[in-house]
Amino acid sequence: MTDRAIPDRPLKIVLIDASPVRAAILEEGLRDAGHANIMRIADHANLLERIYAIDPDVILIDLADPSRDVLEQMFQVSRAVRRPVGMFVDQTDSAAIEAAIDAGVSAYVVDGLRRERIKPILDTTISRFHAFSKLRSELEHAKSQLEERKVVDRAKGILMRSRNIGEEEAYGLLRKVAMNEKKKIAEIAQSVVTAAELLG
Amino acid sequence: MSLDRVRIGFIPLVDAAIPIVAADVGFAAAEGFAIDLAREVSWSNIRDRLTLGHFDVAHLLAPLAIATSLGLGALQAPLAAPVTCGLNGNAITLSPDLYDELMDHFAPDANLFDPRATGAAFAALVRARRVRGDEQPTLGMTFPFSSHNYLLRLWLADAGLTPDEDVRLAVVPPPYMVDALEHGHVDGFCVGAPWNAVAVSLGLGRIIHLGVDLVARCPEKVLAVRESWLTEAPERADALVRACLNAAQWCDDPANRDDLATLLSSPHRLDVPPGVIRAALDGRLQVGRGVRAHDDYQIFGRDHALRPDPRHALWLYAQMTRWRQASGEEGEAARAASVYRPDLFDRAAGTPPPSLLEDPLGVFPGV
Repeated sequence: MTDRAIPDRPLKIVLIDASPVRAAILEEGLRDAGHANIMRIADHANLLERIYAIDPDVILIDLADPSRDVLEQMFQVSRAVRRPVGMFVDQTDSAAIEAAIDAGVSAYVVDGLRRERIKPILDTTISRFHAFSKLRSELEHAKSQLEERKVVDRAKGILMRSRNIGEEEAYGLLRKVAMNEKKKIAEIAQSVVTAAELLG
Repeated sequence: MSLDRVRIGFIPLVDAAIPIVAADVGFAAAEGFAIDLAREVSWSNIRDRLTLGHFDVAHLLAPLAIATSLGLGALQAPLAAPVTCGLNGNAITLSPDLYDELMDHFAPDANLFDPRATGAAFAALVRARRVRGDEQPTLGMTFPFSSHNYLLRLWLADAGLTPDEDVRLAVVPPPYMVDALEHGHVDGFCVGAPWNAVAVSLGLGRIIHLGVDLVARCPEKVLAVRESWLTEAPERADALVRACLNAAQWCDDPANRDDLATLLSSPHRLDVPPGVIRAALDGRLQVGRGVRAHDDYQIFGRDHALRPDPRHALWLYAQMTRWRQASGEEGEAARAASVYRPDLFDRAAGTPPPSLLEDPLGVFPGV
C-alpha cells in the first residue's frame, strides 16, 4: 500500500461514540499522541452526509453503535465518496482486527494510508477502550460497595432498636451470623432489612 | 468450538425464528448440541464476529454472505450457507404523509397491490416534487447487500426511476427502522418482519406492498458458516441442518404459532409484543387500506424453502452487478452461486434433491 494519496499532514479522525466519557478518554489519548484534528459525532442524523463533509482519513466507531451498518454504505455509493474507504489498514492483519473487535471498536481507514501511520492510532484506541471498560467496572464495583454499606447501616439500625444494643454490638452480630452461615455481611444485612420490612 | 456448543449471532427479526426455535424448543439438543444465541446490533458486527470466529454460525443476509465470500464489502472471507432461514417476510412501508401524497398520484381504477401501478404513482410523485423543487423522499433499507435494497431498486427502476438519483436510499438496521421513521430520518422503508407491523401498530407507517407482490419467493437470510468450520468437522453442519429442518417444521405448524410468537417476543429475542409477531406469522397485515392476508408472506420450511437454491444466489449476484456493487468479472457468478450449498443440505437431510420449481423467484408475480 502506498501513501501517495495522503501527504504527511495531520490526519482527520472522526469518533462515533454515544458514550461521551469514553469519547473524551479516547480523544485525550489521541491528542496526547499528537493528533489534533479529531471530530466527535454523538448522534446519527444524516451521518453519511456529515462524514462526507468532514472527509476524514480515519473513522473509529463503537461496535455497539447500530450506525456501523450506515458506514458500510460508504463502500457502495462511490459517486458520493471522494476517496475510497477500506476497513482497517490491512485485512491480512487479523490480530489487529481481532484486538479491536475484542475491545469493542471498529476502524475505517481511507485507502492509501500507510500502516505505520494507522497502527499507533489503532493501538491508542484499543488501549483507551480497554481503560474505559476497566473504569466502568471499577465504578460499578464502587457503586455496589456503597449500596452494600447503606444496607449494612440500615440493618445495624434495626438491630440496635429491636435489641436495644450499641452500634458495635449490632455490627458484631451481623458479622458473627455471616461467618456462621458462610455468607457476606451485606447479604445477612439485606435479609435483616427484608425481614424487618415484612414484619412491619 | 466443540460440537456440543455452537454460538449463533442473530438480528432481531421473525426469520431468526429457526435458530431461536432450534435453541429454545430442544431441536439442537436432540441433535446432540447446544446453541448459545447472541443478539447483535448490526449486520457488520455479525459478519465480523463470524469471520473472526467469535460466532460459529450467523443469521446473515444472503447477499452479505455472498459479498463477503467475493470480497465486495469491508471484509473478505470464504463463507458457506448449508441452510437458509426461509423465504420472504418483507414489506414496504411509507410514512402516513408520503402514503397520502402517493395516493394523489394514482389513476382512479389502479390496483393498489400491483407494483407497476404503485411504481408509476411513485414516479409521478418524484416528478411532481422535482417540478416544485422539493426534496426527494428518503427510503430506508437494511444494508447495501440486502434483498431490501434490491427490492426497492427493482420497484423504482421498473417505474423508470434511477434509484441512485431520484430518491435517497439510506441504510438503517432493522430494529432501528421504526425509530428512523418516527424521527423523520426516513420517509419509508423496506424491511423484514415484524418491523413493518410494528410501524403500523404505532400509527407511524402504512404498508404499501408485501414483499410477495414484488418477488414471490425472495431469498432472505441464510445460516452462514466459515468454510473452515465445515472442513474441521463436517458432522457439525449436518447436525445444524437437521436441527433447523425440525425447527422449521415446528414453526410451520399453525398450532405452534402462539408459542412461537411468545418465544420470539421475549426481551432477549425480538422484544416486540407477541400480537404484532403473530400478525406477521399469520401473514395478516393491516395495510394502507384494509387488511391483507397472504399465505406466503413469511415462509419457513415448507416447499423446500430451507434448501439453498443456487439460482437464488445467482439472482442476488445479478442484482449486485446491475447496481454496480460487483464487476461481473469472469467466474464471479459461479463463486457467488457456490456459497449456497444444497449438497450439504441434502447430505444432512438424507434426502435426494427435490424437483425444483422452474422459476425459483417469481418477479412481479401478479403482473
